[in-house]
Amino acid sequence: MSNLLIKDRDIVVPGEVLAEGMDYLPSGGAFREGEKIIASQLGLVYLANRVIKLIPLTGKYTPKRGDTIIGRIVEMTFSNWFVDIGCSNDGVLSLREVPEYVEKGADLSTYYGFNEYIVAKIYKVTRGSIDLSMKGPGLRKLGTGKLVKVVSSKVPRIIGKEGSMIKMIKDATDCRITVGQNGIVWIQGEPEDEFLAAETIKLVERKAHTEGLTDEISKFLETKTKGRKKKPTTDDKGEE
Amino acid sequence: MAYKRLDGRKNDELRPMEAKTGVVPSADGSAMFKIGKTIAIAVVHGPRELHPKFLQNPEKGVLRCNYNMMAFSGSGDRVRPGPNRRSKEISYVTEKALLPVLDLSKYPNAVIDVYVELLQTDAGTRCAGITAAAMALADAGIPMKDLVSAVACGVIDGTVVADVDKAEEDYEGGMGDIPLAFLPRNGEVSLLQLDGVITKDDLNKAIEIGRKASEKIYELQKKALKERFEREEK
Repeated sequence: MSNLLIKDRDIVVPGEVLAEGMDYLPSGGAFREGEKIIASQLGLVYLANRVIKLIPLTGKYTPKRGDTIIGRIVEMTFSNWFVDIGCSNDGVLSLREVPEYVEKGADLSTYYGFNEYIVAKIYKVTRGSIDLSMKGPGLRKLGTGKLVKVVSSKVPRIIGKEGSMIKMIKDATDCRITVGQNGIVWIQGEPEDEFLAAETIKLVERKAHTEGLTDEISKFLETKTKGRKKKPTTDDKGEE
Repeated sequence: MAYKRLDGRKNDELRPMEAKTGVVPSADGSAMFKIGKTIAIAVVHGPRELHPKFLQNPEKGVLRCNYNMMAFSGSGDRVRPGPNRRSKEISYVTEKALLPVLDLSKYPNAVIDVYVELLQTDAGTRCAGITAAAMALADAGIPMKDLVSAVACGVIDGTVVADVDKAEEDYEGGMGDIPLAFLPRNGEVSLLQLDGVITKDDLNKAIEIGRKASEKIYELQKKALKERFEREEK
């Protein structure tokens, strides 16, 4: 006999017993101890048939192969750049993994300098080392813009189903936006628009685990942009 | 024995408690725990790279705790800032009390720094610190097998009581001071210190009373951790 002790979308803390008996299976964020399934992280319960999974509500980014991330150059040697990607180890970008031709003995900082932000892809994760690559579509050095940090587990919600959410924000605010899987979001546009986009992304992060979010965000953006469009119309009236 | 506690509490009664997480937004995790007049704030930074490199462990992450009483935290006299013999020992036992619940295998060569700051002290500070640190670690999203709930028990005039305050600790009839930390799910002990001379029976009784008291602390910890996100939902 198995006994489920929590509901779908419950918030649980480490050590909380989620289920008793062997009918359920622990997945990410949960483990089995004897007959019991126990949470190992502060997270939101996600039930998929017999599998109990936790979506972490806090915490640093866990690097995964194939992820596109945004990072900051923090260090360089004669053949590597080291990139802070917001997890416990720095990512390593090798000279061979950049699209530019780098001459032998060249100063690497002329290509990617200290404190510059780049969009890169994780192509290999081994114990304690994260290898990055800049070869691929959309991978580039980032120019001026605004950076917003969010919890990495909420990135899927910010992007939305097939990019629906981020597309909506882009259209409404007229900004260029790049979202890194590590929770760093880069926004470029008019200062006012950048600010609105950042505010919206923060709102999505805060409400990531609620239902009907897309509608709420579209309403939020509508009211915000409406107020802005009114301004030129009142100016027009003044001219009349 | 017709013994009555100074503030009128029952023998197994705790002082009023308060807990909150996310009190330091710039940190990876943080928590405040208040029991009576003792206030502890725990801040977690990390997992992050550990320097100098020779301290790194390639097998698993390292936990580093630091306990500190603030200059104004005592009963009036200025507490000399900086590490001293006492705070070093407490930092060490805090680390040992938290390690059994942490799973650091995911973080080779990294360190998790836990800073426990005491804003106000009225006995039971290491226990308040451990309780806050456990919440802060959970708030930082670090994989844990359980939380840790700690409480200081004492033997006063032959009576075993839970959660001694400073007045009771300083009372000359006090015979023992026993800080205890429990893993609430199965009641395992991760910290047990004893200061004073007491009987074996009293020690067993203190552990029993402490375990019951820690359950109440655990409930509060759970509530505080969840509350932050339930609040944000609205």
